[in-house]
Amino acid sequence: MSATSGQKRCVQVLNETLHAIFASRDDVVLLGEDVLDPYGGAFKVTQGLSDAYPDRVLTTPISEASLFGVAAGVALRGQRPILEIMFGDFVSLGFDQVVNGISKFSEMYDDQVTVPLVVRTPMGGRRGYGPTHSQSLEKLLLGIPNIGVVAASECHDVGALLVSAVEDDRPVFFIENKLMYGRPNRRPEQGHLGEFAVRESGGAYPALTFSGSEFTEGVATIVTYGGMLPVVLDAVTELVLEHEVFCEVVALSQLLPMELDPVLESVARTGALVTAEEGTLTGGFGAEIAARVQEAAWSDLRAPVARVAASDGIIPSARPLEDAMLPSVQDVVAAVAALAGVRS
Amino acid sequence: MTSLATFYERMFFIRRFEETLLDLFSLGKLVGTTHTYIGEEANAVGLIDHLDPGRDTIFSNHRCHGHYLAFTDDPYGLLCEVMGRADGVCGGKGGSQHLCKGNFYSNGVLGSIVPVATGIALAEKRKGTGAVSTVFLGDGALGQGVTYESLNMASLWQLPVLFVVENNLYAQSTPIELALAGSIPARGAAFGVEVDELDTTDVEVVHEAAGRAIGRVRETGAPFFLVLNTYRFSPHSKSDDQRDPAEIEERRAHDPLLVAGARLDEAERTAIEARCEERLAETVAAADAAPEAAPEAA
Repeated sequence: MSATSGQKRCVQVLNETLHAIFASRDDVVLLGEDVLDPYGGAFKVTQGLSDAYPDRVLTTPISEASLFGVAAGVALRGQRPILEIMFGDFVSLGFDQVVNGISKFSEMYDDQVTVPLVVRTPMGGRRGYGPTHSQSLEKLLLGIPNIGVVAASECHDVGALLVSAVEDDRPVFFIENKLMYGRPNRRPEQGHLGEFAVRESGGAYPALTFSGSEFTEGVATIVTYGGMLPVVLDAVTELVLEHEVFCEVVALSQLLPMELDPVLESVARTGALVTAEEGTLTGGFGAEIAARVQEAAWSDLRAPVARVAASDGIIPSARPLEDAMLPSVQDVVAAVAALAGVRS
Repeated sequence: MTSLATFYERMFFIRRFEETLLDLFSLGKLVGTTHTYIGEEANAVGLIDHLDPGRDTIFSNHRCHGHYLAFTDDPYGLLCEVMGRADGVCGGKGGSQHLCKGNFYSNGVLGSIVPVATGIALAEKRKGTGAVSTVFLGDGALGQGVTYESLNMASLWQLPVLFVVENNLYAQSTPIELALAGSIPARGAAFGVEVDELDTTDVEVVHEAAGRAIGRVRETGAPFFLVLNTYRFSPHSKSDDQRDPAEIEERRAHDPLLVAGARLDEAERTAIEARCEERLAETVAAADAAPEAAPEAA
């Protein structure tokens, strides 16, 4: 997929959206490490924000375990904090706060409080950052009741997703992606994006469904999110060009609570499902979706649900090793080809 | 100025409330667990008298009943909560350790509450409410790293947090000698936080020192680290106690109720106690008659 000139890069869209949110709401504050100008955050998402709003952007010590709690306290008292966690890998430091506080306060206090907190953090590898700065840990969040997990992709309205997250009264993890930052935010126009027909579901966190055949044929549905979307779309293009096989792709933005209507609608047309995620395989996004889809749509499926994911191990630093470990275009092609009975 | 008689009444009620919970457990009327505040009442009553429930906030821990009662004066909501009744302050969802009413919060993971209280202070400072965010921790929570991260941020950002360390010398069954190195007050001082330390069960002494501490937070907007050396007469929760009975007996000689009660007129003290017993009996009867918490119909 080539970049279209004139489209803004995702990092710029996120940055401009933060500026717009700060301009329109006094109750939003941002906390994070190294977020002040001129540095503007490790990935530059907060660039210019502290110059414009010096009292509302707080650079913090390296104390993630507490920062989740500090942000929760701010949210409990009616403000809307955005917590930037520099690398998604570091959410592990905040898990006590997330599991035993942030996600519980509303329900265990019998709905007397809300925790309108947004945790923004980038996940994803393919940059050679190695085992502790490259992971996609969304699956660790998916088992936590009462939070939202939202993942932006380069084809979603990235800014609108962030606005929805800030306006959400629940705690929301807003998952960004390191490679996505530098790529153009390519949006469908008149239901099309490049060679794909695209349908967008409604709601605060829409799903996008792609078809290379104007929804006339497809041998499988591939469900994915975030930084895996461009990998999957490249695989779908290759399947058409090399094998004359069409697929549908559903790119979710709302990973939790899991709402799979767009997936079920697509599976009703294609009869097969492949899940594709960059995180490791076991106990993952694909596992949960496979369980739900076979419960809800067993009669639509002509084959077992196939999963494409990273292998269960570390993400090595050396690029050839990292490439071998993370799910590739070829892995997606092979999974679909196996379902379609063609040789990949 | 709150009278000694009022302090005594508040302390006596907390004592009898907690003893009653243990009785109700024995009778099988309670399930789950409780961590009673028996012996530590002077801290909650002396300190919380300075807080304004309409403005100031408290984040408390697993041993939260004394703080809750002193701040909210809501024994019925608390007893229903602990008994799993629908009228519980959290509808029975929270139970003994997870309370919320107005500006009072508690949670059950040690240390976990300290950053949240720090964040509350950050929000209140931003809003300019003048609120003081009080967080109650014990010697046990001094083992948690987030306590120190929070002290650092509260001092760095000059947030109105009152850190209260109720050091009762035991973290569950583990004596402080096996869990804590160095000095407790020095922990606050190391972060540039003003510190005071008390070694008393006298509610009037606690009241005076807490007034100074809270006054400092209000005046400076900066945090304060108040160490209250104390002792619990009761087990950690219900029956888990391996301490030397002689040690407990020695401590009972300094029971905050004895210390305060000795300064009251005998007739006045007796009348206070009778009033508390009556209120408690009414509370128990009402809670016992309240409907059980039930799942919402699907």
